[in-house]
Amino acid sequence: MADVQRHVARFTNDSRIPGWDRAADLEKEPAVVPDAATTEVPAELRAAIEDGMRRFPVGDSAFIPALYAVQEHYGWCPPEGIEQAAAVLGRTPAALTAVATFYDMFEMEQLGRKSVYVCTNISCSLCGADELLAALERELGEDPDVNVRGFECLGACDIAPMASVNGIYVGPIGLNEVPELARQIRQGDDPLPERQLLKRPSADPKVAEK
Amino acid sequence: MTDTLLFKGIDEPGLNTIDVYMARGGYTQLPIALKMKREDLITELSGSGLRGRGGAGFPMGKKASFIPKGDMQKYVVCNADESEPGTFKDRELIQKNPHQLIEGLLIAAFAVDATINYIYIRGEYDQQGDILDAAIAEARERGIIGENIFDSGFSVQLELARGAGAYICGEETGLLDSLEGKRGNPRLKPPFPANEGLFNGPTLINNVETLSAIPSIIELGAEGYAAIGVKDSAGTKLVSISGNVERPGNYEVALGTSSRELIYGLAGGPPDGRKVKCWFPGGSSTQVLTADDLDVGYDYDSLEAAGSALGSGAIIVVDETQSAVELAYKLAKFYSHESCGKCTPCREGTRWTFHMVERIKEGTATPMDLDIMAAVQEQIIGHCLCVLGDAMAMPIGSLIAKFRDEFEAEIEENRNERERKLAEEFAAAEVEIEGISA
Repeated sequence: MADVQRHVARFTNDSRIPGWDRAADLEKEPAVVPDAATTEVPAELRAAIEDGMRRFPVGDSAFIPALYAVQEHYGWCPPEGIEQAAAVLGRTPAALTAVATFYDMFEMEQLGRKSVYVCTNISCSLCGADELLAALERELGEDPDVNVRGFECLGACDIAPMASVNGIYVGPIGLNEVPELARQIRQGDDPLPERQLLKRPSADPKVAEK
Repeated sequence: MTDTLLFKGIDEPGLNTIDVYMARGGYTQLPIALKMKREDLITELSGSGLRGRGGAGFPMGKKASFIPKGDMQKYVVCNADESEPGTFKDRELIQKNPHQLIEGLLIAAFAVDATINYIYIRGEYDQQGDILDAAIAEARERGIIGENIFDSGFSVQLELARGAGAYICGEETGLLDSLEGKRGNPRLKPPFPANEGLFNGPTLINNVETLSAIPSIIELGAEGYAAIGVKDSAGTKLVSISGNVERPGNYEVALGTSSRELIYGLAGGPPDGRKVKCWFPGGSSTQVLTADDLDVGYDYDSLEAAGSALGSGAIIVVDETQSAVELAYKLAKFYSHESCGKCTPCREGTRWTFHMVERIKEGTATPMDLDIMAAVQEQIIGHCLCVLGDAMAMPIGSLIAKFRDEFEAEIEENRNERERKLAEEFAAAEVEIEGISA
């Protein structure tokens, strides 16, 4: 049985929040909004965050686009990236961190930039997803550039067992294809081009009939 | 064929672009709707009998009629956070025919006079999000989204928002919190989103498939659409069939089609002539049905009468070689991971259920644990702000009820196995001690 949640860090009592059981330091100065004048923000990061802000009437709504921008820029959500986003948004870094830790797709520690999400939910596991995840972990688990992890339902049960390679849905993946897929991921090639979801015709026979 | 509306020619190359969509008559229903009176449009939507395709099955027209009239800022939010395990119909609609969704959404926006609108798509749908983003940009360029569309005096904005991986954001109020940039925690209802939703304004929230069906309703007329399907289940439904079947995929059928026809006729049944052990009729959150229920009609009322629900319209077929305990393990793990933690019965109930199923697998459970598990499920149902906990309790409760013998046998077998291993280790340890003393 592959441990699909091995990347989710666990702390006391299985909590996902470090330090939840430590008393708050009441002596500490309250967190402040980083000074927009002195916090240096890379130009493209600032532009990406501002594009997110443009879409909503309320600034807080841009938290998720801003975190995506940080993750795109740094490969994960490092404290300095969150600080910079907080400066652009005019909020405390803690407010952003609180949101970032809720969502599975934001990485709070530095992992490989190439993401490989293997769906291990019901439909995929009925079709051999656990074996697929184990095989991909054997091939790519040691590679520091690659972040292989089991993921909850990715909404592609028609191509089970499947994986999302840097956002590209690929499946069904046979165990014999894993070495080839691993090579493509390592080299940054198009993953199994003939198995990509976007190229798959509809299963409904009435669609083909016209 | 009248029962192909949403999927009509969906594999046509380039249908995701506005030119191909307009060449086959796209964006012709929107101007017709814009000429109607708002009340008449809502009456039309109600008359069609269209029920929400996201899971709850609430009549769409009725929901639209709850939006108060007046000058306040109103919103339409499209729920494209399709994350119910087994469901992948919205993905295919967005990926292949995004303009049909945009047209439907704009009609709904006009009906409730919502000028700011969002499509909230799950973050994992990266490619589909890009396709939708491009489609919105095209529509904006052609003036279909913007000021005074089709000279109707109605101005409308539409933006795409992406989630970042959280099942709970498919729950409508969790989605609203996520859209507001918060952790996706569901809210206490009432007030319902129709009165107080996004940014505290009246908000109509509908699923991708529901909104995509609207252009067909305008085209066929309420009566024409209502004529498809069966009583109280009007229209066509996309059914995602997956799991142990020969031909997994999305199939569009008139509601009321027999489930056997769906599972065996369209999807080809389990491979290698294996038998169906059980099936989830509406995503992993619905009670499992067994091979005896295969002749149930696939519509809201028939499935409810059979003790389950149509849910999101996702059939997961499990064949006889699969273990019920393993299914319960996957379910419990999923829901305990996805519980947002706001309500205690769900947060603790999903977690302890997961640990109890784990105990069965480790061989430390007793048959009494099954009763405790069943009791925990009862404690969850109806005691939380949203139905995530119920969504675990119902399938697990039904698995234990329908496959209790199998659970008991597995508990017994795993216990014996564990005791045998312990005895072996104990015997090996004794040898070692003897070795030291000798």
